[in-house]
Amino acid sequence: MKNNGILRVLARFLIPLIFLVGLYIQFHGEYSPGGGFQAGLVFSAGWILYVLIYGLERGLRAVPLKAMYLLSAAGVLMYALTGLAGVLLGGNYLEFTQFLANPQSAQQAGIIIVELGVGLTVAMVAMLIFTLFVRRRRQWDDALDEKDDRA
Amino acid sequence: MRVRDLFAAAMLFAIYSLLSAGLFTVLDAGDVALTEAAVGAGLSTILVLAVLTLARRYEHPTGGHNWLALGVVLVTGALLGYAMLDLPEFGSPDNPAQAHVGAHYVAHTGDDMGIPNMVAAVLASYRSIDTMGEAFVIFAAALAVFALLSDRPHRRLPGVRKRRPISRRRASGRGPSA
Repeated sequence: MKNNGILRVLARFLIPLIFLVGLYIQFHGEYSPGGGFQAGLVFSAGWILYVLIYGLERGLRAVPLKAMYLLSAAGVLMYALTGLAGVLLGGNYLEFTQFLANPQSAQQAGIIIVELGVGLTVAMVAMLIFTLFVRRRRQWDDALDEKDDRA
Repeated sequence: MRVRDLFAAAMLFAIYSLLSAGLFTVLDAGDVALTEAAVGAGLSTILVLAVLTLARRYEHPTGGHNWLALGVVLVTGALLGYAMLDLPEFGSPDNPAQAHVGAHYVAHTGDDMGIPNMVAAVLASYRSIDTMGEAFVIFAAALAVFALLSDRPHRRLPGVRKRRPISRRRASGRGPSA
């Protein structure tokens, strides 16, 4: 679809805006509706739009498949290890109050880290599942082409 | 309404989700509305469309009526309707959602966290372990799809037709739904 001028111009305008909205939902989630889950989805939507317009190759050049594997696991690990940090600092699992001297700031810091982990996992998982389906279709097309060539 | 065109069905699901998101907005549930719009109308639609590129577009017509299915649906619907009579009054201050821990969260979020969005406070801090479970469920979903789709496809490709260029596809057009 990269030859369609309207789509290309719209995408060039929309994609950065979608990423910006994603970041806003991620980091403003304590003050307005939103949080890591929604932010991750919005972020992945920006990337999926990019793939729809410019093709999977360029999308994977921006975010390689290996990075998706690693970062989706890193997100949940970040969450779990933040919980462990609470234990090491003398509290309960996933208790944030010990992180900083001021308990309110400590809670906010904990929430931001944990939400970042969720956002990372959700964004990468959404992109990963989409990529796997698109790649499967690509493999089928290749197999059908091979069959044609042999016939 | 009966739709055999799976593409149309996917679009109807997306519209339904978007309308639900609007409904949640009207009910002042901003977080839920945002999630419904992002998941229901956004991501699941695009994933269903991605799956549709791997399947036929039209459902196989099956003849006759499935009376058993109708019976199950009617009985389940009647039971749900009966159960609804036991639900507390909508928006009543003494229904369980307002009476138990909810009141504690409302009273203490400001002092404990200093943030105005109580949903974020509950999800990320008060009920943090639940949210961690959700994050792991999402990760597990990715693992499941990866396990199913990561190997090379089999030689036999049941029912998959070669993709034609868009211009030709529009010119010839596939058969309409029954």
